[in-house]
Amino acid sequence: MRIYGRLLHAGIRQQSTYRLAALGGLIANATFGFLKVAMLFATVRAAGGTLHGYDIGSMSTYIWLSQGMLGSINLNGRTDFSDRIKTGDVAIDFIRPLNVQGAHVATELGRSIWALIPRGVPSILIGAVVVGMTVPSTPLPYLAGICSLLLGFVISATAVYSLGTAGFWLIETHGIQTLYMVVSGFLAGLFVPIYLFPHWLLAVAEVTPFPSMLMYPTNILSGRTTGVDTVALLAQQVFWLGVTVLVGHALTVRGRRKLEVQGG
Amino acid sequence: MVELRQPLTNPSVSRRAKRLAPYRAVLASRMRSQRSYRSNFLIDLYSSFVIGFIELAEVWMLFRNVTSLGGFTFSQILLVFGFADLCYSLADMVMGHCDNLPTYLRAGTLDVFYLRPQPVLLQLITSDISLRRVARAMVGLGAMTIGLWINDVQWSPAHIGLLAMSLVCATAIYAGMYVWAAGAQFFLVQGAEMTNAFVYGGRYASTQVASVWSRPLKVVFGFFFPMAMTAYVPSLQLLGLPGPQWLPAWLAWCTPVFATWTWAMALLFWRLGLRHYQGGGG
Repeated sequence: MRIYGRLLHAGIRQQSTYRLAALGGLIANATFGFLKVAMLFATVRAAGGTLHGYDIGSMSTYIWLSQGMLGSINLNGRTDFSDRIKTGDVAIDFIRPLNVQGAHVATELGRSIWALIPRGVPSILIGAVVVGMTVPSTPLPYLAGICSLLLGFVISATAVYSLGTAGFWLIETHGIQTLYMVVSGFLAGLFVPIYLFPHWLLAVAEVTPFPSMLMYPTNILSGRTTGVDTVALLAQQVFWLGVTVLVGHALTVRGRRKLEVQGG
Repeated sequence: MVELRQPLTNPSVSRRAKRLAPYRAVLASRMRSQRSYRSNFLIDLYSSFVIGFIELAEVWMLFRNVTSLGGFTFSQILLVFGFADLCYSLADMVMGHCDNLPTYLRAGTLDVFYLRPQPVLLQLITSDISLRRVARAMVGLGAMTIGLWINDVQWSPAHIGLLAMSLVCATAIYAGMYVWAAGAQFFLVQGAEMTNAFVYGGRYASTQVASVWSRPLKVVFGFFFPMAMTAYVPSLQLLGLPGPQWLPAWLAWCTPVFATWTWAMALLFWRLGLRHYQGGGG
């Protein structure tokens, strides 16, 4: 277990080296944030002040929380793991005396946690100061929210890892990665909250792991859901964590048998 | 390499063709290589089709809840969306791989580009072409055609001229954005996300109704990175709408000015970056 702690730490250290990149990420988050503010606020106003339970204040909270999380969750589907399969480096990973999936997820989680410092918190602050937002006044949403946030980070890492294992069969995974990028962002509620979707599409989104990465933590942290609903969302996250871990594990085991590395 | 040798040894071929031969050889090889991973190419083609639709869905999600947004109805925004997406996908097809520059920078493989007796930028542009983007351009073209069909556009020769000019200039603006981003990468190295904010954020911005933007956004995405000029402002002119404060419809006739501005900025950044690069070791 200690070794995974070390890897988590290594993930944090790795990200903290690229300061300028972190600043760049923050600028990116804020720019998109302001574009979302313009569009979504206009929509809420055009709908007469409230839209599916969102008013201007809570829409702002949704926008800036989700922008803040963007640096920590992987919605682009890119992973070093599929590159390592393509180049054959993965053979070395398999020789090491640790679980490949666990090591990968631990490093990713380290990166996610680090990203909160230069990107997550400042994004939320920019939103709070420049635009203003409504936040819950009791401590419970924050505590549950942090659990949900961490679960979201891990689910995003395990899901992208599972996607990366497709490299065992496809070798070149660019296509499937792009598909993942588009679908995951949309269904996770990155551009518009999934509650603005028509019923059938909302139902589709809810049977995928994507809302667990972004929408549910945002719901809990912003106080949109409380009490039993919060527990239900957390339970769904735990469920998807289990599913993505098992799928990733099964694919790794099968892929390892399929793997063919040339040279030596 | 077969294509490379043939034109070079043939004495009747003009100098110009000779000079272009290496680029053509590279592009042809890239096209072949994309089709060699067949299943990946098909998924790629399918994904870029889905990308187009999901981007349209994002716009629709907002409009389905209200009747009009910033003075535009959904059928009108369809025109803006089609315009923007068509031009963006075309630029992306030719320039999208400029995004790979940070990888070359970090691995030090860019040094090879300097050694060849051709301009680095031209080598980078012709180092790849993304055929899969064709599918996405089709979605854009479809949306634009429907947009032009269902809206009440008063066609005149001037309007047709404007449409053609805007398509060319908008594609040039997006392409310039990629070059600008690549130039900035020389300084940022690991900062692809920052430039992406303006390239991809720019695409997102250009499909929006610019009248809802705050003043700083109008400055950044209306003029500095002239995203509103690529689709929103030309659409205003075609639809016969006056346009909001700061972004009047007559600006549609000035798109070549904005395209020139984007490219001037892009080439300046590129030149500075190229001089700044000191090799990645190795």
